[in-house]
Amino acid sequence: MSITAFAGLLERLVFTPARQSKLALLADWFASQADPDRGIGLAALTGTLDFLAAKPSLIRDLVAARTDPVLWALSYDYVGDLAETVALIWPERSGPHLPPPSLQEIVAQLEETPKAGLPELIGAWLDALDPSGRLALIKLITGGLRVGVSGRLARVALAAWSGQPVEAIEEVWHGVAPPYTALFDWLEGRTPRPDPALAPIFRPLMLAHPLEPVDFGNLDPAAWRAEWKWDGIRVQLTAGPGGRRIWSRSGEDISVTFPEIIEAMDFHGVLDGELLIIRDGAVAPFAELQQRLNRKRVSAAMLAGYPAGVRLYDLLFDGAEDCRPLTFDARRARLEGFLARAQPARMDLSAAVAFSGLDELARLREGARAAAIEGLMLKRADSPYVAGRVKGLWWKWKRAPQTIDVVLLYAQRGHGKRSSFYSDYTFGLWRPNGEGGEELVPVGKAYSGYTDAELAWLDRWIRGNTVARFGPVREVEKALVLEVAFDAAQRSNRHKSGVALRFPRIARLRPDKPAAEADRLETLLRWIT
Amino acid sequence: MLGPHPETWLKVTPAGLWCEPANLYIDPLRAVPRAVITHGHADHARPGHDQVLATAETLAIMRQRLGAAAFGAQQALAPGKPLQLGDVMIRLVPAGHVLGSAQVVLEWRGARVVISGDYKRQPDPTCAGFEPVPCDVFVTEATFALPVFRHPPPEAEIAKLLKSLTLFPERTHVIGCYALGKTQRLLALLRAAGYEKPVHLHGALMPLTALYETLGVALGPVAPALVADRAALRGAIVLAPPSAIADRWARRLADPVVALASGWMGVRQRAKSRGVELPLVISDHADWEALNRTIDEVAAPEVWVTHGREDALVHALAQRGIRGRALYLVGRGEEEENETAADGVAGAASGGGEDPCP
Repeated sequence: MSITAFAGLLERLVFTPARQSKLALLADWFASQADPDRGIGLAALTGTLDFLAAKPSLIRDLVAARTDPVLWALSYDYVGDLAETVALIWPERSGPHLPPPSLQEIVAQLEETPKAGLPELIGAWLDALDPSGRLALIKLITGGLRVGVSGRLARVALAAWSGQPVEAIEEVWHGVAPPYTALFDWLEGRTPRPDPALAPIFRPLMLAHPLEPVDFGNLDPAAWRAEWKWDGIRVQLTAGPGGRRIWSRSGEDISVTFPEIIEAMDFHGVLDGELLIIRDGAVAPFAELQQRLNRKRVSAAMLAGYPAGVRLYDLLFDGAEDCRPLTFDARRARLEGFLARAQPARMDLSAAVAFSGLDELARLREGARAAAIEGLMLKRADSPYVAGRVKGLWWKWKRAPQTIDVVLLYAQRGHGKRSSFYSDYTFGLWRPNGEGGEELVPVGKAYSGYTDAELAWLDRWIRGNTVARFGPVREVEKALVLEVAFDAAQRSNRHKSGVALRFPRIARLRPDKPAAEADRLETLLRWIT
Repeated sequence: MLGPHPETWLKVTPAGLWCEPANLYIDPLRAVPRAVITHGHADHARPGHDQVLATAETLAIMRQRLGAAAFGAQQALAPGKPLQLGDVMIRLVPAGHVLGSAQVVLEWRGARVVISGDYKRQPDPTCAGFEPVPCDVFVTEATFALPVFRHPPPEAEIAKLLKSLTLFPERTHVIGCYALGKTQRLLALLRAAGYEKPVHLHGALMPLTALYETLGVALGPVAPALVADRAALRGAIVLAPPSAIADRWARRLADPVVALASGWMGVRQRAKSRGVELPLVISDHADWEALNRTIDEVAAPEVWVTHGREDALVHALAQRGIRGRALYLVGRGEEEENETAADGVAGAASGGGEDPCP
């Protein structure tokens, strides 16, 4: 096995938008490659491969010694990506070459080779490979494959390929390490499932279904508990003798992004809750939390300006005791006791919302207009904590969306199955143009909510009403009104209009309505929470 | 070189490259009294000339694409055979680009100029291979004249396609390719790789494929891709013009894997911006290595560059002591814009706006 096969996989993944196709490509990788290369490849894809990466400057120096500077500059300017330009321009050396290295050799030799020997080692590898292999090698050793494979997708692919449930894989994923030989031994039926022992691992979350009117009518108020649905990100906190971790909803380790939470996790247990920006007890809008997400390093200013906290609503483990089989009510009592004992900083309890009947519940939901509340969560009092989305145990009941009539401004082609359709829409609202007239200002972008028939109609309308083209984008006649639904409007400095919409989607097409009668920006600004 | 410098008798005019002593234009952009045509692509073979000189295959292709009435007198010249025009000696030599493609060799008063037209050096079972002719001035294309363009062996790209068919046996594999040359080369490559099933063709690709067969190039079974039943195209290979693969036409296909066969596919951003899932780096043009090797083989002390990345090539030539000159010929490399997907008639105008894709 060599890096050539891995290069082929990367090349397919980077151009493949469809999830199902990615799963098929990954399954083929697991089935066709031997250990340890398949596990090293898996680690590289999911970002768990840990070695001292080579710096891009090393690669740049290597290629500079082998190419004409003018030709290099023209080429880099044309291609635009350093790794790709190097991979393509690297001069083929005549004479005998090493065979292409395996992933195992690459990892091992990078570890063993002193820094001064790296240029020669990497140069010899680049000589041995074709352009696609060179690109894979450079991306691998400088970090950042960027082929659209999340850890979650990889685990779903492992599940689909092996026939094991994805929850079972999730439970051991963070307890096994590259090259994942123990994991593959289990998935191929040679050994029992690896025991993560004390290692902090992710437990698959219990998820809720959206509540439909028909389900609401059948609810027995006495059997259900209600909480606010907080507009943050779902997290699982795991702490104990084996270490502390913050897991995202999909099982990614986001500990480094929230060091103040890690510091506060001075307990032994596994908790479920919502990560929020909380200032003086008040929850800030989601847009503020977004400032903190996806950061590998967090500045002191960030920590001070956007203080994170966790609003807790469930307890999976109390110490080493698995509480998931207990009822919701029992777990809730355990959680309250746990918090009273441990009193962790930056954490509080998501309050139970009391209600006497369904009417009151509906009123509570409609009244939920605070920035950080999306609606209600309904949890059955006797429900155990089960992985995944099991119907009838937990409901999410978002407050009714707000709607606004906008004018279509631009349309862009979609991806994958929608690549021949104009399916992404930029829309705008009216405002004074400062010269006594009116102008349309873009306020958002929507690419969902429509039916297939509506999409086909929109696609035809756009093709027939194009006034200008900018690459994949078409500007259209300012003549089509769309009713857009959204969850919240928030102030934003990044948008020309000064406002950002949460989850905008197309609710209805309004070809009957003249564009001049669409809504005005000031209407939307009044709704900012 | 004994006689007058070719600069004095082979000139760039608004209509294109003009050989004054023979009053002959090479691949002219507009209608002229006498033209020699290197090959049948629309950016080289334009209608309206009074007299046209070309290989018999190129003339047949032009008649099919533009109609027999699009020119006056047509004279076929067999490759290698000299023809006297006034005191200019002209000869056509295979260029290896597409069926009928030829270089134009001009000799006048002891100086020899070779105009390459478009060419490639990779073997191509659908046309005669490029033959280098030593000369005083070599006029070359430079479509892929950057060292980042190094076309892999086409067999390896076909192997990628066949592997994808085994990975996704339910999905239609639709490959964007030119009507003239690329389509037939892909068919020949597939046959050489042992693929024996019928290959489905978009309507715009049928006439030239039939013409190739008539001209003696065997391409195996083909079938129209215009079937109403999309299930019939499951797991099939469909060839279509590049402009059709990401457009409404492709919607009739079963969950297609969109491929594009082009030299540009070696650069990821080019493939991504076209929405291509399976880029196939198969080109009918010379890559960087082939351009430079060819220039060395013809041993010309001076090279004129017609179109493409002349800056890089002229720079590389200067490093080797070869005088390079950019001609800045306009109107080249627009083949795709002249192909239309919607009505299946090659050569008609399209709503284009897409970049050319040799």
